[in-house]
Amino acid sequence: MSDSEIERLISEDGIRCDGRRLDEIRPIKFQLGVLKNTDGSAYVEWGRTKILVGVMGPRESHPKHLALSDKARVEAYYRMASFSVEEWKSPAPSRREVELSKVIREALEPAIFVEFFPRTSIDIFIEVLQADGSTRCASISAASLALVDAGIPMRDLVASIAVGKVEGKLVLDVQDKEDKAGESDMPMAYMPSKNAVTLLQMDGQITHDEFMQSMELLKKGCMEVYKKQKEAIESHFKGAVSNQEEA
Amino acid sequence: MSQRIVPAVKRRQIIELSESGRRMDGRTLTDYREITIQTGLVEKAEGSALVSIGGTKVVAGIKFEVGDPFPDIPNEGVMQVGAEFVPFASPEFEPGKPDEVAVELARVVDRGLRESKVLDTTKLCLIPGKKVWIVHVDVYILDHCGNLIDTAALAALSAMLSASMPEACVEGDTVKLTGKRVPMPLTDIPINVTLAKIGNKLFVDPSLEEEEVLDCRFSVAFKENGMLCAIQKGESGYITPEEVLRAVEIAKDKSQEIRKKVVESLKLKSDKVGES
Repeated sequence: MSDSEIERLISEDGIRCDGRRLDEIRPIKFQLGVLKNTDGSAYVEWGRTKILVGVMGPRESHPKHLALSDKARVEAYYRMASFSVEEWKSPAPSRREVELSKVIREALEPAIFVEFFPRTSIDIFIEVLQADGSTRCASISAASLALVDAGIPMRDLVASIAVGKVEGKLVLDVQDKEDKAGESDMPMAYMPSKNAVTLLQMDGQITHDEFMQSMELLKKGCMEVYKKQKEAIESHFKGAVSNQEEA
Repeated sequence: MSQRIVPAVKRRQIIELSESGRRMDGRTLTDYREITIQTGLVEKAEGSALVSIGGTKVVAGIKFEVGDPFPDIPNEGVMQVGAEFVPFASPEFEPGKPDEVAVELARVVDRGLRESKVLDTTKLCLIPGKKVWIVHVDVYILDHCGNLIDTAALAALSAMLSASMPEACVEGDTVKLTGKRVPMPLTDIPINVTLAKIGNKLFVDPSLEEEEVLDCRFSVAFKENGMLCAIQKGESGYITPEEVLRAVEIAKDKSQEIRKKVVESLKLKSDKVGES
């Protein structure tokens, strides 16, 4: 075959370069309550993507004039560590990080009962330690858990995942290699119990049909992430209860 | 609290009106406001366009510069989209460096253009690995009456479609400009369409008063061949998957309508641009 020199990302029997099927997500491990100085925190290992999230608040707004009279002010800070990618990255926030901080905040805010905490701030700090694709999805999913850990009342968890098009095929949970070589990337964040899409972005080129298939695949993927989030909460609080009993 | 009472009343009014398919300014839910496109306003720019959608006004200018390529794509030109919010465009805008709203706008406009491959950057290489054309696409928001994304995207596109680039000749390691102008290597006419979700209705081309009360905004860009090339959901509300599908259907129709308008306004010969 003439294309033997080009590395194929999907084999003929539909297996991806890391051994996954087209609609298979990477191994995901969530952990709650990993930091001491925050009100809530979570850590996620999503394949090789590794992210820490800390939540501070609800707390007094600084500066005070930014406080909202009828709800909490939610801010998200998505930052990538300088060593998180192949080449050293300046720690100063890039335009990409500014945009992602905004869409991540907008993905999480619909889940939070912000009206319970007027005049306060809820700050969500996201530090990407290693980036291997889908960092915004992993950030949102982990931040949901950090908010839970902070005891902030929520309508639902926000689960997030991306669908990409690689070598003409739709694949679930895009890793970095697939994102870079792929034809499109479409991340979604979803609150299953509200049937609410809180983030949806796409770049690349897909047909109308592929778009509709992607939406289905995204919903399926979000449900799988949702399940893992719930398991993480359960195991965290089970631990908390048994610790209390021992004490 | 008072600053939120007026929007709450207005929101109810907008939703009630939308039940009968109407809007505050008399449009139907799928109507755009009037679109005007004026090109060539700024002669010193290689391409420029002043676009208005209703009262929203955006001017875009294209400038070329010889520069260094990105290390990972050494043989391709570079396109850079910037957005400036001029303080007289809205009492909400403040002088200073672009905030997250401006950054998002620039990146959404950039994505629509870039992902459609409207500009063939492979044809903008001067000396492989050393010198390429840098194309600056800058949009200036002059008056904000709602739907900045579509207005800015249309201004950027129109400026590109009306632009001609400097001709360069390469002698050894130096790039010389001949003083002549040649057409830009353009391949598509991508159109961005934005809808607002308010209550359970979708509003095409939201006005400022609609934007003030919306749940969320949904933008999608289409290539000429009907393929989707960019999506952005914005603001802190949500949209259901069913509404997303409906929004894409509506936007697809609207994109064709606007593309026709662009072709007519710019007197493009056919749907194949760049072949003049």
